[in-house]
Amino acid sequence: MSEGQPGKRLRRILDQSQQVAKETVLGIGGLREALLVPFLAILTALIISGLFIVISDPVVVSAYANFLQNPGYAFSVTWTTISSAYGALFRGSIGDPREIYRALVTFLQAGDAAPLRLALYPISESLTTSVPYIFAGLAVALGFRCGLFNIGAEGQILIGGLASVWVGYNITGFPWFIHLPLALVVGALAGALWSAIAGYLKARTGAHEVINTIMMNYLAFRLSDLLLTDPRLMGRPTGTPMTPQILPTAYLPRLLGSPLRFHAGFFMALGAAALVYWFLWKTTLGFEIRTVGANPDAARYAGMNIARNFVLAMGLSGTLAGLAGANEVLGITHFVGGGFSPGYGFDSIALALLGKSHPLGVVLAAFLFGTLRAGASKMQLMGIPIDIIQILQAMIIMFIAAPALVRLIYRLKVEREVTEVVFTRGWGG
Amino acid sequence: MTVAIRPISRALFQRERAMGLLFALLGLAIIALFGPSAGPEQEATFVLNFGQAGKTTPIPDLVLPVQEAIYLLGLLALFLAGFQLVRGFKATNLILGAIIFLSILAFLIWATRGKSFNLTGMLGHMLLRGAPIALGALSGIWCERSAVINIAIEGMMLSGAFTSVVVASITRNLYLGLLAAVLTGGVLAAWLAVLAIRFKVDQIVAGVVINIFAAGATSFLTARVLVENPALNDSGTFRPIAIPLLSRIPVIGPIFFETNIIIYSMLFLVVVTHIILFYTRWGLRSRAVGEHPLAADTLGINVFRTRYINVIIGGMIAGLGGTYFTLGSAGRFDELMTAGKGFIGLAAMIFGKWNPFGGFASSLIFGFADSLQVKLGILGGNIPYTTEPLPSEILLMAPYLATMIVLAGVVGRAIPPAADGKPYEKQ
Repeated sequence: MSEGQPGKRLRRILDQSQQVAKETVLGIGGLREALLVPFLAILTALIISGLFIVISDPVVVSAYANFLQNPGYAFSVTWTTISSAYGALFRGSIGDPREIYRALVTFLQAGDAAPLRLALYPISESLTTSVPYIFAGLAVALGFRCGLFNIGAEGQILIGGLASVWVGYNITGFPWFIHLPLALVVGALAGALWSAIAGYLKARTGAHEVINTIMMNYLAFRLSDLLLTDPRLMGRPTGTPMTPQILPTAYLPRLLGSPLRFHAGFFMALGAAALVYWFLWKTTLGFEIRTVGANPDAARYAGMNIARNFVLAMGLSGTLAGLAGANEVLGITHFVGGGFSPGYGFDSIALALLGKSHPLGVVLAAFLFGTLRAGASKMQLMGIPIDIIQILQAMIIMFIAAPALVRLIYRLKVEREVTEVVFTRGWGG
Repeated sequence: MTVAIRPISRALFQRERAMGLLFALLGLAIIALFGPSAGPEQEATFVLNFGQAGKTTPIPDLVLPVQEAIYLLGLLALFLAGFQLVRGFKATNLILGAIIFLSILAFLIWATRGKSFNLTGMLGHMLLRGAPIALGALSGIWCERSAVINIAIEGMMLSGAFTSVVVASITRNLYLGLLAAVLTGGVLAAWLAVLAIRFKVDQIVAGVVINIFAAGATSFLTARVLVENPALNDSGTFRPIAIPLLSRIPVIGPIFFETNIIIYSMLFLVVVTHIILFYTRWGLRSRAVGEHPLAADTLGINVFRTRYINVIIGGMIAGLGGTYFTLGSAGRFDELMTAGKGFIGLAAMIFGKWNPFGGFASSLIFGFADSLQVKLGILGGNIPYTTEPLPSEILLMAPYLATMIVLAGVVGRAIPPAADGKPYEKQ
């Protein structure tokens, strides 16, 4: 085809290439998809969870029993139940805007920071809760990128926490700039070694990592029971199942003053996300891991060592999960007791899927989950069990994993076939 | 056609050697560990009568001289090891199993020295503890034989357990509770099937969705509804039904023919699944769909329909498995009470190489490990340290460790159905 002057043709080619560049960088076709589908997924999940709150509320149920006599009352009760529940969620995670404004005015006029700290407490809690979520979410995401499904983050968090608490209370006489990094590194290493077992078994024998990591979760729970209950191991002499307090030299510094628990781990978590991005997309090892995840046959054909990549990816995944545990110990709890991790590891599966296994997505999803969990503890005071979070997460994972379902519900048109990330394979490996 | 003669590979040869040495080691361990610590005149009494007196034919207790019995078992193991090293067995795995069995027997005799232990009771307990695992394995077999990975067995069991208690408490009818559990499992399985087959969601992700949902929903409803209405969480349990005549057989009778309906259904389902899978047209079609869906489709088999039906049946079996925890034993629902039995069922399925009887046998092994840990408490004084937390916690870890070892393929690599986990695209 030879139409128009050479100048025009050149112009058109340039335009085309710019369009292609835009689409590849931003994914113009996919951008709407990339934001709209998660948004609708979260919205739908909230609606379904709201349904659970309503049907389990005795007042609402009795109102619907008399629906025919008084339909208006049934509707209004439904509305108040849901709105007060989600209102509590908001106040528990973001705070009361008016209160924040008033406290800010007081601070600016009188220089008194105490009411401001109180008003900012919910936000601080949300950000603090997002720290283990960022680490654990990165852990699961890194596994996904290698085609490995790490359900064992929960156990790895526990193992990491136990290792760094041990360093925290047992090793004495060092200044903080040695003690704190040591505790962090030992926690990370413990998580790495623990999870690398599953990677090794997968690489060596083809045993599926899903079952193995689940089994290792139970092993970690039992091991922690054993360690915590025995005073000769890590328990307290009194017999209560918890470890001794760590020394202040191993504390992660809290940055915003007394009641606020916001600590330095937050910036470590953001740093870890940047590091994971750099590792996966800017280094040869990261490229290999992604290739093994995308197409193991091609990777093998290209001469990559699949087994080594499995072990490496699993070990790095465990490192991140171990850091999640170490951060909780050194930044928040300062000891390990029963119920140390309230399900961060399991939640992080949903989180990694929501963040499309991308570090930036993971950080954003972690903010969301941190907010949800911080708010859910406020909801729990209103008699709504915190397990509602799990229902919410299951729905979010489902809608994210099946975007066609969201499109079906909201009658969206498919704009472009987005290549789905391959997550896992069958038993054979 | 020439028959290719497979050269004996060195790896194989080495494996046989290693197995022989392992056998010898186990034999020596039996003799060295258990032999000396038993007194020369000590006896172990195994009670074989179980259940109410008069219901079964009474038989005398089995009384064994401890030292002689242990040395005999050890020598038997050493003989097998010698044969393996010199001539080599064909079925090495079978012999390995036999030698492990000998070791466990020796351990039991040693632990019972100077005491008495109800063997029939423990074997019955093994069957009970193995039942939910076997039902989980059967559920997995139904799904995976037609190539849908069902990792949500745990969630289906948990939900089945929950609804069974609620329905049975409301209606005061245990059978309606059972039915509700089966239906719940079926509904969750239908959900899994739609996600996996219609929407082609990664099957493991879909399973995780259902597991998280089941754990969340049952815990949520327990904390919000059942805690405030304890009447909804009080179902009662199935009574054992004695089958006339058969239940009077010593040892076997009390174990197999005087249990509750859940165990009977499990035994029935093992046989029925085997027959359907290997001796009916439906089974052949299901397996074809699991191995080569395209070929099955070409021959006019409806791949999607076959998968939907098999997955839903599998889910119903998992729901039935959930009733073991509630209507079968506890009579009430507690949060997360299935405690990973569904996943262990999945491991039993793999261990049993996707065969119903294989799955049943492996779930009995898991059940044995479970009941051993419970029953060893009775013999406490004879085994050093069992009263202390350390070994009891380690024993609690045993089933999970065993699952991992099994999966790692000590017993040889298990081969799943060829299309397992792959969604089918109609061409």
